[in-house]
Amino acid sequence: MTQDQLMDYTQVMERFDPVIGLEVHVELNTVSKMFCSCSTAFGAPPNTQTCPVCLGLPGSLPVVNAKAVESAIRIGLALNCSIATWCRFARKNYFYPDMTKDFQISQYDEPLCFDGEVEVEVDDRPYTIPIERAHMEEDAGKSVHMGGTTGRIQDAAYSLLDYNRAGVPLIEIVTKPVYGTGAEAPEVARAYVSFLRDMIRALGVSDVRMEQGSLRCDANISLMPKGSHTLGTRTETKNLNSLRSIEKALRYEIGRQGAVLAAGGTVKQETRHWREDGEYTWPGRSKEQAEDYRYFPEPDLVPIAPGRDWVEQLRATIPEVPAVRLARLRETWGFSPMELRDAVAAEAVDLIESTVAAGCAPQAARKWWMTELLRRANADNLSLDQLTITGLQVAQVQGLIDQGVLSDKLARQVMDAVLAGEGSPEEIVAVRGLSLVSDSAALHDVVAAVIADNPDVAAKIRDGKVQAVGALIGAVMSKMSGKADAAKVREMLMSMLSE
Amino acid sequence: METPVTLTHAEVSKLARLARIELTDEELTAMAGQLDVILDAVAVVSQVARADVPPTSHALQLANVFRADEVRPSLPPDAVLAMAPACEDDRFRVPRILQEEQ
Amino acid sequence: MSTLIHESAHRLAEMMAVGDITCEEVTRAHLERITEAEDQIHAFLYVDADRAMDTSRRVDAKRRSGEPMGPLAGVPIGVKDVFTYAGAPTTCASKILEGWHPPYTATVVQRMIDADMVIVGKTNMDEFAMGSSTENSAYGPTHNPWALDRIPGGSGGGSAAALAGFEVPLSVGSDTGGSIRQPAAVTGTVGVKPTYGSSSRYGLVAMASSLDQPGPCARNVLDAALLHQVMSGHDPKDSTSIDASGPDVVTAARSRDVTGMKIGVVKEFGGEGYAPGVERSFREAVAGLASAGAEIVEVSCPHFPAALGAYYLIMPSEVSSNLARFDAMRYGLRVGDDGTTSAEQVMRLSRGAGFGAEVKRRIILGTYALSSGYYDAYYGSAQKVRTLVIQDFSNAFCQVDVLVSPTTPTTAFKLGERIDDPMAMYKADLCTIPSNLAGNVSASFPAGLSAEDGLPVGFQVMAPPMRDDLVYRVGSGLEALLEDRWGGPLWTLMKEEGR
Repeated sequence: MTQDQLMDYTQVMERFDPVIGLEVHVELNTVSKMFCSCSTAFGAPPNTQTCPVCLGLPGSLPVVNAKAVESAIRIGLALNCSIATWCRFARKNYFYPDMTKDFQISQYDEPLCFDGEVEVEVDDRPYTIPIERAHMEEDAGKSVHMGGTTGRIQDAAYSLLDYNRAGVPLIEIVTKPVYGTGAEAPEVARAYVSFLRDMIRALGVSDVRMEQGSLRCDANISLMPKGSHTLGTRTETKNLNSLRSIEKALRYEIGRQGAVLAAGGTVKQETRHWREDGEYTWPGRSKEQAEDYRYFPEPDLVPIAPGRDWVEQLRATIPEVPAVRLARLRETWGFSPMELRDAVAAEAVDLIESTVAAGCAPQAARKWWMTELLRRANADNLSLDQLTITGLQVAQVQGLIDQGVLSDKLARQVMDAVLAGEGSPEEIVAVRGLSLVSDSAALHDVVAAVIADNPDVAAKIRDGKVQAVGALIGAVMSKMSGKADAAKVREMLMSMLSE
Repeated sequence: METPVTLTHAEVSKLARLARIELTDEELTAMAGQLDVILDAVAVVSQVARADVPPTSHALQLANVFRADEVRPSLPPDAVLAMAPACEDDRFRVPRILQEEQ
Repeated sequence: MSTLIHESAHRLAEMMAVGDITCEEVTRAHLERITEAEDQIHAFLYVDADRAMDTSRRVDAKRRSGEPMGPLAGVPIGVKDVFTYAGAPTTCASKILEGWHPPYTATVVQRMIDADMVIVGKTNMDEFAMGSSTENSAYGPTHNPWALDRIPGGSGGGSAAALAGFEVPLSVGSDTGGSIRQPAAVTGTVGVKPTYGSSSRYGLVAMASSLDQPGPCARNVLDAALLHQVMSGHDPKDSTSIDASGPDVVTAARSRDVTGMKIGVVKEFGGEGYAPGVERSFREAVAGLASAGAEIVEVSCPHFPAALGAYYLIMPSEVSSNLARFDAMRYGLRVGDDGTTSAEQVMRLSRGAGFGAEVKRRIILGTYALSSGYYDAYYGSAQKVRTLVIQDFSNAFCQVDVLVSPTTPTTAFKLGERIDDPMAMYKADLCTIPSNLAGNVSASFPAGLSAEDGLPVGFQVMAPPMRDDLVYRVGSGLEALLEDRWGGPLWTLMKEEGR
């Protein structure tokens, strides 16, 4: 467990300004690897997607995947970066068993994309995140640590390596130091990564699934005494694999660094690791132990010099910036900021959009996805888009309600049947005979019978105790097996009792 | 590099560690002396290399060499693991890793 | 002894084409010669006798079936053990790769197979192609057939000695700083380093990627040109491969005419440090070219003397990175894995035990040259010198068609003579290095025997990039006039017991 002293968050904020920086690695969804033609498909048996190149066998040579370069440029353009007119790959030299060549092909002082910025919102306040660079590199293999009691690297007896991931294309996106976020620093960091995720998904260049590691985040933070302009010593917390852990880890580091500084100590420049189980950071490598990577231009590859025409063609493929799109949707749908934010958080925006496109009113679409369907998804531990129902089907169900064919209650049953794979809403209504009895004559007979069966209640209502009508509605619905429109039943009861 | 460079035993030892090469004391001593001679001989480059000369990392004047994003067959897994000094469960078996990931 | 082994490759090919002899006879004659000569010469690390005989029979069958055959079909060839060839071990003459069977074949080797050539084995070399004497082979040195107590040059001493010892009529080498040309010079054979990018490096175990180039080795100019044509051409697996057809080297090699050519003698390569016998043979060859109709001028290349220093920074820098992959994790030698040692320790122990002294020296030198704080002074300055060397060539080729110099300052030195003096060894590459830094074509042709010691002297011809035809034209002209003087190929001057 951690021994760290933590300072109260508000107290830290009274004395210091946090400065954050984020490094995000995105695994591209190209079908082949960065420098060879092996498949990148997830989940293959170990070492079945390897060749001389990604195994780093003597004599093998890399050849750049054109699609990866294209994806990198598109990400750069979406981040409002400049695109280099000429740049090179570089070798980052360090020994590690998961790196087959014991160097990583990356980019050093000549990134493909540089000097961009994006805007994110936290509590309706905009923050500008300056982007230092976005560059291309390759992923490493995957190790499993064996023989220890905890499955952790530290006490393992040996490790087993699978190189299927070795050489999968990565884009590393690095921010410049982000100033002026104040107490919102952790939320801004989270909002930025969330923004990146949505933007990259909109570009279609990565699955950006943090839980599968196709988006990974390292977060830097330092504290600057209020009024000072000198950056404090920073720590870098590695491999944060959820939005929540980004926010929590930064909040933790702010408290920890605040306590160190307040006690007159100095923050040690080091990497730290987020322990999800205990929700604390743990020290890793110190600055003194940092590797000397001995970068130099990769001699097995030639420079990349994207022509202006190519870049402009790619620029034309950049979809609307997610934030702009969200503002537009909020306007046209008439959602409150809270409603939209919740929909974004639940990853429901695309689904609501497709439901609206199928003819559903925006608020009705929102209600279905954010209440009934979200509850079902949470119960089964699924994301909304993993539910087996489409926007069109949701719109169809709502259409049946609007036509008076289904009550809300029946509609929920239809929704469950769709999720269970029983067919389209219309088919389910027909097969199960779920539609409301809208035949007034049949309903009239049942209502009359219920009044006759309950003379006391009927008398009370006639005397003005209108709330008693509920009992009669319930009796009618019960006789109708729920296949009646409650509003219509109420209307008919009141009309007959006032006769 | 106006004065001749000399590498100490400790410096060579540090470089050897960075390069993951185990050297005996005799090897270290011999190498330190030889490296001094070589560094002295190559020091001429810093006298010739004026500030206004651009560097060349590669003589070749090529750019934009790409391949299409297409999958081709990988090596047969047997051939991959046949090379391994040790393997287990279709994976390469390696001694315990103490260093931190990068 | 069969006289077949003394024939040229093109003559053997002609004899097979017209049916005078079979490939099986040719192959058997060379394998017998190898069995006879290897005790003294040790040019081969691996003789693939069974597969060579199988291939020879298949080639004979193919010819009988009337299929069209290439100009070198059926000709036996030796391959430097730095190229991968599936089905045979590739060691690079290093203990660290002992027993490694690559699962793939180098492009240049595949082209020989596709041209129906017969690969008889893998030739000896300095470990990982580092050296000028083949004494750095972990499997023992190769001896020069002209004088068995002398070095055959390096790093490709095996490929050159196999030619001079009549074990094969052709072989293939790789040249990073002179590893094809300097062995050719000291064994009285022909060696060509083609224009960088004209023959594929895929499957050539890299020493210094920006300098390495595969090339042909032969006993005469036309044989070298025929092999050059088979080997070269664009390879999509090598990003640094030039996607354009090269010049017609075979026609140039048949021309035997230097009339009207403008030949520049490099002023800086001569005088102190050059053996008088070498200088004399060189001057006589130049005079011969003049009498054959070439115009001779002296050309100054002021930065060539600094090329050696630049080379011994750039090359080790790339070496330190290229050889990092030999880490005992995926293939090759593993030392010290006793269940308690860490991966890092096993890497250190394996590399300490598996690499020879020269390889270790270059890795450490390169690690130093790239390390932070020294990069600019060493690697950075060396890259500037590289620019200046390229400018020297450009200026020279404005004045002349080709440049000429001795290939190496001395004839073959004695085994053991320079092994403890790295700088003395490095100076053997003084004249050959500039063409590796600049990437232009350069070749060594026999210039006769030194009057001092009766050993072969090499004549270097350098031409602009993609003008490989020019070196063959000068080489063929020189060969024509010197063979008149010698009464046949240079090897006819070899003492009877050598043949």
